[in-house]
Amino acid sequence: MLLSHFCLKASYSLYENLKEIDIYQRAKEMELLSRKATCKSHGQDSSSFLGCQEYEKNAYDEVKNPEGIIQMGLAENQLSFDLLESWLAKNPDAAGFKRDGQSIFRELALFQDYHGLPTFKKALVDFMAEIRGNKVTFDPNHIVLTAGATSANETLMFCLAEQGDAFLLPTPYYPGFDRDLKWRTGVEIVPIQCTSSNRFQITKSALEEAYQQAQKKNLRVKGVLVTNPSNPLGTTMTRAELDLLINFITDKEIHLISDEIYSGTVFSSRAFVSIMEVLKDRNLENTDVWDRVHIVYSLSKDLGLPGFRVGAIYSNDPIVVAAATKMSSFGLVSSQTQYLLSAMLSDKKFTKEYISKNHKRLQNRQSKLVSGLKKAGICCLESNAGLFCWVDMRHLLSSNTFEAEMELWKRIVYDVKLNISPGSSCHCTEPGWFRVCFANMPEDTLKLAMQRLKSFVSSITINNQSDKDLKNARRRSRNKWGWFRVCLANRPDDTLKLAVQRLKSFVSSITINNLSDKDLKKARRRTRNKWVFRLSFQSFHGRQQDER
Amino acid sequence: MAALSKIAAGNGHGENSPYFDGWKAYETNPFHPTDRPEGVIQMGLAENQLCFDFIKKWLMKHPEASLCTAEGVNKFKETALFQDYHGMPEFRQAIAKFMGKVRGDRVKFDPDRIVMSGGATGAHEMVTFCLADPGEAFLVPTPYYPGFDRDLRWRTGVELVPVICESSNNFKITRNALEAAYEKAQEDNIRVKGLLITNPSNPLGTILDRETLKSIVSFINEKNIHLIGDEIYAATVFMEPEFVSISEIIEEVECNRDLIHIVYSLSKDMGFPGFRVGIVYSYNDALVSCTRKMSSFGLVSSQTQHLIASMLSDDDFVDNFIIKSKKKLFKRHEYFTWSLSQVGIGSLKSNAGLFIWMDLRKLLKAKTFEAEMDLWQVIIHEVKLNVSPGSSFHCHEPGWFRVCFANMDDDTMETALLRIRDFMRKNNAAMIPHNKLCRRSSLKLSFSRRVDDFMSPGIMSPHSPLPQSPLVRARS
Repeated sequence: MLLSHFCLKASYSLYENLKEIDIYQRAKEMELLSRKATCKSHGQDSSSFLGCQEYEKNAYDEVKNPEGIIQMGLAENQLSFDLLESWLAKNPDAAGFKRDGQSIFRELALFQDYHGLPTFKKALVDFMAEIRGNKVTFDPNHIVLTAGATSANETLMFCLAEQGDAFLLPTPYYPGFDRDLKWRTGVEIVPIQCTSSNRFQITKSALEEAYQQAQKKNLRVKGVLVTNPSNPLGTTMTRAELDLLINFITDKEIHLISDEIYSGTVFSSRAFVSIMEVLKDRNLENTDVWDRVHIVYSLSKDLGLPGFRVGAIYSNDPIVVAAATKMSSFGLVSSQTQYLLSAMLSDKKFTKEYISKNHKRLQNRQSKLVSGLKKAGICCLESNAGLFCWVDMRHLLSSNTFEAEMELWKRIVYDVKLNISPGSSCHCTEPGWFRVCFANMPEDTLKLAMQRLKSFVSSITINNQSDKDLKNARRRSRNKWGWFRVCLANRPDDTLKLAVQRLKSFVSSITINNLSDKDLKKARRRTRNKWVFRLSFQSFHGRQQDER
Repeated sequence: MAALSKIAAGNGHGENSPYFDGWKAYETNPFHPTDRPEGVIQMGLAENQLCFDFIKKWLMKHPEASLCTAEGVNKFKETALFQDYHGMPEFRQAIAKFMGKVRGDRVKFDPDRIVMSGGATGAHEMVTFCLADPGEAFLVPTPYYPGFDRDLRWRTGVELVPVICESSNNFKITRNALEAAYEKAQEDNIRVKGLLITNPSNPLGTILDRETLKSIVSFINEKNIHLIGDEIYAATVFMEPEFVSISEIIEEVECNRDLIHIVYSLSKDMGFPGFRVGIVYSYNDALVSCTRKMSSFGLVSSQTQHLIASMLSDDDFVDNFIIKSKKKLFKRHEYFTWSLSQVGIGSLKSNAGLFIWMDLRKLLKAKTFEAEMDLWQVIIHEVKLNVSPGSSFHCHEPGWFRVCFANMDDDTMETALLRIRDFMRKNNAAMIPHNKLCRRSSLKLSFSRRVDDFMSPGIMSPHSPLPQSPLVRARS
């Protein structure tokens, strides 16, 4: 894997990684461990993990380490803990293992039924419905509790697919899927390529293309997995996309998993549309396709409780529910945690207030990030959900390559001291995109991060153009590539003529997809920016030779 | 139509075995002293319910351990956010210290080698994924815990090859038996990657002596295969001889430490199966590293890590708990086995665990497993006790049953014994002289007096308000 080697070279945690490599190498040589143990499918060599490692070594602290790295690579929701803490203060029973004043510690300590605490499951499905504006309801008997969404996604893979099968995933996607879906299951991921040209939405052709790709690799496609709202994009899927997906899985007779872990983070007025809602609206209940749609959920993002390991699988198919329930033995939710959260989520007054306040705070924080980025001359994908923004730094790349993206990422981590996640770690097909989190730090820290970024951007200019020129150029061309500075005033006229002749011959010899000159002109006019040469006249009389 | 995977659609979960028919009988008709006095008494569940009162007293004195109380809430946010698969340092330190204390502080455990998992269930599966590839095998001495069939094989594709142990020598693990099993695997073209022992043993309730352990370590070294020691019942050794852990043996014999791994949990020693605290402790760096990454699939809830860290860091509490727990287990065990012997029922001599290995061979109509099943049906449906037949533990000989004694209060235990006595009387299995009856009755009274000292008000029934199930629960 080119990327992991590159990251190893780049990373200051070289010693640690070398040590690990050595350990694994020895183990491999002695054939002591399994293939799964010594392969790289755990995904920990990816840049996003390495970034976190660097952060650990030099973590920002307002007082103790103000020059440290600010963590913007961790999608945590730290904005609403005060609401949780005040609920705890008002509900001492839940906190102290009591029900109606009586201790239930013993019952909880002994409760290991993989069906889960009934009151918790009821509270959880009600909460899920509330997040969806109560446009859909969920049956507690169809929910399976797991140790986080990590376990939920893996368990679903074990239930629905085997070694040699594949799931299609739209890019960019959460890097953890490479481990969660593939490592121990032997299932493959085939990407559905999404591009910035249409805001990374899923298209019919992209789906078909991915399906064909899988077939070419002799992989049997068992389903599609989408994250909605999307990580890393921070956008919700449109109804059209959801319809498209339902049509596709119906046609191919495959499963659809909708990871809705961020469903409670949708903060704009454009509401979240769950796949269940679309199925219902299309009267597809109790049809074949109904049984093939499964939802993954967790309280790690919406409630900000990743440490408590609360994940869930919701399936309409009772057979999947039964199989997944048995498998959940390998990662049940602690009964202590189930009890606390069943009390919390059963308090409807609390959940209503929490959902509403959480949304407002996320929206507020997101807009601060967006405006901070704007001040630094950076745009991002318009988003309405999630704990992060999908940031466009293509214009800051030295070339339109992933190597350049890694170079830029290194600079941002080590020089600007911000840990953000490069798009390549999310399998984005276009270099230059980064995921930047905004909900895992105090507001002041976010401000500081934006200031650092602004200073950094100011220090980079392409061909010494001023910021203003840069902006203008970007606005005009939309494509950051193809700008060349051509000096004209330092040669005699004849030489200039010769130069232009040579240039003209060169351009004539280049065709895009065998287009003729005429078509080339038409194409250029259509796209406005395929090949643009700007000739600038500048006075050099006052300048030294090496500045030219 | 997109079908389920073979793993999901098959029987690898093991719940179709007759072991779970007993659960079903219990589920449909659970005993309750007042609501359902004729119900089935659960004696198939290896739970430790004897020390909750002691633990509760500690909790009352330490509200900060519960992280959500006024005293503990300042830790709420950082704990709720903590999802590092290394686990909380204080949690690992507390576990390492506890494991050391349980072994009489004869060995020290390194907190950096502690890896979390979703209970011992998750630990076993995780270790198997890391040590063996599909089609390879582990040797396991019989009889063994039925859950291993699922935990080690289901999703991993790894096989289990039994090491046959027999009652003629009290089910000892002999070198011959190990070699025989290994050779059989070779003949069948199965590559053996390791040996899994449970020490103290489930279902036998016995511990492995030093010589056997040394012989086992030398065996695995010779064959260059792994040794996984499931020491989940380590703190339930209530009588001499003292428990000897693998961790001690490797200090005494030459061996390749990269082959040595321990699986642990708080489900039996502390009685906390609901909290899902599983531990993998390996002397192999690569395995520690790999299982740590894999533990993402079954981390211990940070809320629980916080509670356990507080509790097990309290040296006084831990020292007292270990002693108290052993005393209670000893008393229960002694009374139960004595009462059974009075009606002519013997059991394997044991000094650990939450159960006894009951010998009902002489009650079998024939020396066959069918006869064992018939007898078992009678015990469930007529005697109304859920006990576990030896065949579900892959026992080589029919007629043995595992009977749990630590998962109920004293009154329920008395009821169970009464039913056994009545059954035996009907079957003329043993004549019970009148004077012996009286002696037993007086002993019962005196026992009750002692037990009353420990009983807390409110804990009257094993039938908790919340539905109780084993780790694997049969449901149609």
